[in-house]
Amino acid sequence: MADNNLFSLRIITPDRVFYKGEVSMVEFNTIEGEIGVLKKHVPTTVIISPGILTITEAEGTREAALHAGFAEILQDEVVILAEIIEWPAEIDTERAQRARARAEERLRSKTPETDILRAETALQRALARISVMK
Amino acid sequence: MASMRDIKRRRGSIQSTQQITKAMKLVSTVKLQRAKQNAEKSDNYFRCMYSTVQSILSRTKNLNHRFLGSGGDAAKTGKKAVIVITSNRGLAGGYNSNVIKLVTQGELSGQDLSIYAIGKKGRDALQKNCEIKADYSDMIEEPVYVDAMRVCKDVLDAFARGEVSEIYLAYTAFKNTVVHIPTILKLLPVELSAQPSGMADEAGSGTAEQTGEDRALMNFEPEDEEALNLIIPKYITSLIYGAMVESVASENGARMQAMDSATSNAEEMISNLTLLYNRARQGSITQELTEIIAGANAIS
Repeated sequence: MADNNLFSLRIITPDRVFYKGEVSMVEFNTIEGEIGVLKKHVPTTVIISPGILTITEAEGTREAALHAGFAEILQDEVVILAEIIEWPAEIDTERAQRARARAEERLRSKTPETDILRAETALQRALARISVMK
Repeated sequence: MASMRDIKRRRGSIQSTQQITKAMKLVSTVKLQRAKQNAEKSDNYFRCMYSTVQSILSRTKNLNHRFLGSGGDAAKTGKKAVIVITSNRGLAGGYNSNVIKLVTQGELSGQDLSIYAIGKKGRDALQKNCEIKADYSDMIEEPVYVDAMRVCKDVLDAFARGEVSEIYLAYTAFKNTVVHIPTILKLLPVELSAQPSGMADEAGSGTAEQTGEDRALMNFEPEDEEALNLIIPKYITSLIYGAMVESVASENGARMQAMDSATSNAEEMISNLTLLYNRARQGSITQELTEIIAGANAIS
């Protein structure tokens, strides 16, 4: 009964409906760690941290770079309110590489003024973009 | 009776004004289409955002949190921050003045306000009476989500420092092409019952009923309070963004209407002046004829 494993996933950004469909599994990073959601998950609200989002559909898997937002997980529905999310095709690899280099440089040459948290998030974002391209 | 030349000149100037208003109407019609699409596209996000936040808040009623309205006396003494969204350009009928009136004469009048202006018209009008804390006028030209994040960060910083105790948002809600409602929305402290008009009322009832059972069991990861710390800023950002997008749509709608009536007024004036002009022309021809006949009679 493969049909029964499916639940509906909606990924919504401020500008568009990014994804909408029936999926069997969705995986992403939260600030508490990585999470994989199957059908009939305990209702939960989680905060997203930068990483790869993997959607397992009936036909195969799709990946996207998910950077910020939060997700509401219900038994038969997952809604991801994403502030920033991109399909691999939309990512500018060179820019991501540059951002990565910049963030790493900033973390290496720590000065009191460096906004560590910001640099770290930037690095996380760049890494997520680069790894989703591969 | 005014001379023919005067009437002709007057008519010419009205004609060129009409051309301008007509062009402006066309431009704002096109812009309105785009702004309306944007507003519709982002609508989805706010509905979900709104229902999620409401569900979280309904579960955490007793929580004493700085973002929730349990502050008490401190809330009454402090300054109030108002984010005022207007346009950068005029000629949009009552669009700008309605929002400004709402701020200066509404329930907030006479209070100690610090203004976060988005839009030059609002900034200029409120400069006299209120303190302008910040000016983000460039944003309204092309609202993007990142802009809203910046505004949100600034007001939340002020809130965290205790400079302001309440945050309001004054904007024009876009109901449809001809109906725009100037609105004041309380952003912080968040009130559970406060329904942001237009944006989310249907969403609240729709999804809440469907998932009512699930909501009772909702878990949070991290815990409620931390989750609120992270979600509330996102919630406010999305409200600010939504307000910006709706305001842009309203602005263009208002301008389209204003320019439409200006064009038809010009049309009316031109037809009156044409009548006057023709009458004056006929008059001068008659007069000339009478003079010639009188002259001929005198000679013979």
